[in-house]
Amino acid sequence: MRYAYFPGCSLKSSGRAYEESFLAVCRALEIGMDELDDWNCCGATAYMSVDEANSHVLATRNLALAERVGLDVVVPCAGCYGVLAKSKEYFEKYSSVRNAVTTGLAAGGFAYEGRAQVRHPLDILSNDLPPRALRSKVKKPLKGLKVACYYGCRLIRPVSPFDDMHDPQTMDGLLKSVGARMVEYGLKGKCCGGSLTGTVPEAGLPMCYDLLKEAHRLEADVIATACPLCQFNLECYQDDIAKKHPDLKPMPVVYFTQLIGVAMGLDPKDLGLHRQIVPIEPLLREKGILGGEDAKPKAKEPAAAGGRS
Amino acid sequence: MMTELHQNGQEEVRIGYFVCHCGTNIAAMIDVAAVAEYVSTLPNVVVSKDYRYMCSEAGQDLIVQDIKEHRLNRIVVAACSPLLHERTFRTATQRGGINPFFCHMVNIREHGSWVHEDRAEATEKAKALARGAIGRVKYHKALEKRREPVTPAALVVGGGIAGIQAALTLANTGKKVYLVERDPTIGGHMAKFDKTFPTLDCAACILTPKMSEVYAHPNIVLWTYSEVEGIEGYVGNYQVRVRRKARYIDEELCVGCLDCVDECVFKVGNVDDEFNVGLSKRKPVYMPFPQAVPKLVVIDPVACTHLNGGNCQKSCVDACERAAINFDQTDTIEEIKVGAVIVATGFKTFDPKRKPLYGYGKYPNVYTALEVERLVTSCGPTEGEVVCRDGRTPKKIGIVHCVGSRDHQTNRWCSRVCCMYSMKLAHLLHEHTGAEIYNFYIDIRAPGKGYEEFYERLQEEGNHFIRGRVAEITDIPKVAEEEGMLTIRVEDSLAGFVRRIPVDMVVLSTGLEPHADSQDVRRMFNISCSREGFFLERHPKLAPVSTTTDGVYLAGCCQGPKDIPDTVAQAGAAAAEALTLLDTGYVEMEPSVSVVDPIFCSGCKTCLNLCPYHAITRDDAKGVAVINPVLCKGCGVCVAACPSGAITQNLFEDREIFEEIEEVLAYA
Repeated sequence: MRYAYFPGCSLKSSGRAYEESFLAVCRALEIGMDELDDWNCCGATAYMSVDEANSHVLATRNLALAERVGLDVVVPCAGCYGVLAKSKEYFEKYSSVRNAVTTGLAAGGFAYEGRAQVRHPLDILSNDLPPRALRSKVKKPLKGLKVACYYGCRLIRPVSPFDDMHDPQTMDGLLKSVGARMVEYGLKGKCCGGSLTGTVPEAGLPMCYDLLKEAHRLEADVIATACPLCQFNLECYQDDIAKKHPDLKPMPVVYFTQLIGVAMGLDPKDLGLHRQIVPIEPLLREKGILGGEDAKPKAKEPAAAGGRS
Repeated sequence: MMTELHQNGQEEVRIGYFVCHCGTNIAAMIDVAAVAEYVSTLPNVVVSKDYRYMCSEAGQDLIVQDIKEHRLNRIVVAACSPLLHERTFRTATQRGGINPFFCHMVNIREHGSWVHEDRAEATEKAKALARGAIGRVKYHKALEKRREPVTPAALVVGGGIAGIQAALTLANTGKKVYLVERDPTIGGHMAKFDKTFPTLDCAACILTPKMSEVYAHPNIVLWTYSEVEGIEGYVGNYQVRVRRKARYIDEELCVGCLDCVDECVFKVGNVDDEFNVGLSKRKPVYMPFPQAVPKLVVIDPVACTHLNGGNCQKSCVDACERAAINFDQTDTIEEIKVGAVIVATGFKTFDPKRKPLYGYGKYPNVYTALEVERLVTSCGPTEGEVVCRDGRTPKKIGIVHCVGSRDHQTNRWCSRVCCMYSMKLAHLLHEHTGAEIYNFYIDIRAPGKGYEEFYERLQEEGNHFIRGRVAEITDIPKVAEEEGMLTIRVEDSLAGFVRRIPVDMVVLSTGLEPHADSQDVRRMFNISCSREGFFLERHPKLAPVSTTTDGVYLAGCCQGPKDIPDTVAQAGAAAAEALTLLDTGYVEMEPSVSVVDPIFCSGCKTCLNLCPYHAITRDDAKGVAVINPVLCKGCGVCVAACPSGAITQNLFEDREIFEEIEEVLAYA
């Protein structure tokens, strides 16, 4: 199994733990991930509303790169995934977009014919791996860990080729197969507030609060995400939210790939666990998932966490 | 054929051309006077006139008079679509004393004035079309319509209120009616309703007498638990095959005493009760409801232990004093002949699981409107006591309109009845529980007699009406008063903000849609359907109960969502149309059929399988194809396919078509 890998900007910065854990899990599962040479920004949500035609050209350039190497492209960031999947759908559906993209790409010496597919890690781990391939690699099942799987919006709406757009299940299925217990997280597809947490915090932060509060109400130990912005919003603003809602206790928010990596017995450092602001390792040790010789070197974690953000 | 051409050739062709203004419909975009003037210069044209309304009495008289005065033997009328008035002008031609098929129509309205924006170009096109028609009409031949006798009986498919009304209307005129219903009882959806809007008449009180009347009517043969399996033939002469499913009960012996039901080895019901839409259970042997017609029990072969090969003591058999239970019964096939068919197969309600954000099937206290009909009715599973699935009596109830209607994600059409039945249920729920009721609507559609007044009454009774499509229903609380409640999140589009309203119970006003197997039914009766799958009437305004297949009529919601008054009215209209056919006693067949010339036919059978109407057979003795003119619809497929050119079609002969094309092209 071999794919082209499109990291996007987040996975190289605030979402480094996502990249580290995703690539570590892929290595352990012998899934080849070739980072696209000379990939460019997906355009995010901003460019689409400024110049729609050129935003499709920008996004599709990455698909043209993947097509050059003859691989499907895996996009872990939910925002990038949403943009690339949408551009691909519009490319197929609307001749006006197709023409604009073809002309735009040709100006830079590129061509896209619609062959390279846009895939998400949840998609390939759920659908491309042989059955039981993941389960057979589990060394430390996440026994007793109660997880709220949070998908956010961009992964499943408006384009949702691999999961249900209102009641997604792929992340639940993967984490269940590595031994975790799921809570019935009814807000799994709700918006985290996106960039509103920074631009209009009085609108954005209450949205994060609702998500965190519900996870606590269901007595989840941890929230698992598949989006760097969701992860950032839910984890990094907990202090700000707690100023208004002092009853809110800390809740670890991790990438689903980190949890899978832990279950496969990979080195926590390779999974970026030390980058968490709300640490998860004490909890994992408490549950007996992490332990033994790993336990001691990780003791300085709070300091490491404090040094970030 | 050669001799006919010769005859036509001998006679001097004298053409009258009449172009219609259609008020301003045509005249505003086409210079009709200029067209008439141009046509008067064409060969064989004796008369060329324009007139304000050709279809009026005066317009028709113009044709009659001119035929007599100028010895016209061909008529061309340039007006609207022949669908609308071909018959009118053929009749006028006949009144003038010549064969009606010497008349030809040119459509310059739908194909002309209505679709063009340039008056000069539209006028030129009308002239070209006129020249083509003048060219072709000289080859027209005198044709005769064939008459075929009609079987004076009708088949009504579906025993809801539409089928019941149609069957009774026909039967009361003395016609024999076969009423075929798929379920074990007639009554359809209406039998499940508690009361009807806006008068709050009890549905059962107005329906059950009609059901009994059907059963007792000497002219009605009622077959329930039966399905039409196939139909052959043509208007006036259909042969129908009906499968009567095994009931495992001798209908002659059973009196509906229910002793067998009481003594069934299952002491309590074990199957979802269809009549109570799953709110209660029934036994494998059951009567759908106490007022079922016919008053017979039925044994469900899927649920019955014995019929599944299990070991059962068959206490039902012992309990029946009349020995009516017969486990050896098998399906039987009835073959009947009818002249007309009324399709009244009804609808199904939208499955709200297709709107996952409304939580039907996930939250026990989310109900469909049909379920609530059963909850509020005194003969329902709770005898009219409104208790939710979790045992609470609701103090706050939300009614969500347009679930599966006016929705681009599911069904785009308005289901027409939901606003009114939602308000009826709001009234009844309030009456039964005293609960506070919230209606969430997009627009209130109350266009019927007394409907708007009912809406006002509901507002005066203190019901809340909130305009906005509900976004979601959730059990996740945000504030204390939402704990343990279902919260309805909606944008109040009048107030301009998002509301969250906690309620105990939610009613989803599900829309109406075609049956899952409506495509099979449609194909069997050879009728069309609209994009959404409802059966298509021949004309939305002028032939609302006819179909494109002669002798097959539509009634009720299979044609589109409608309320009970409209359904009953439509069923009456369908019965009247069928009666017109049956009472005339014969059908006139259009002569525009195809004919095989046996001299040229090689008997290759190419045409046999191509004919969509199974009208062509092969005479093996003579080695040629034969077209049954009664079955032929004149589609022309065989004409085009015949490798020997042996088939011609009346009114569409090669020389007629080619002459028309050549003349049109010659003008350009």
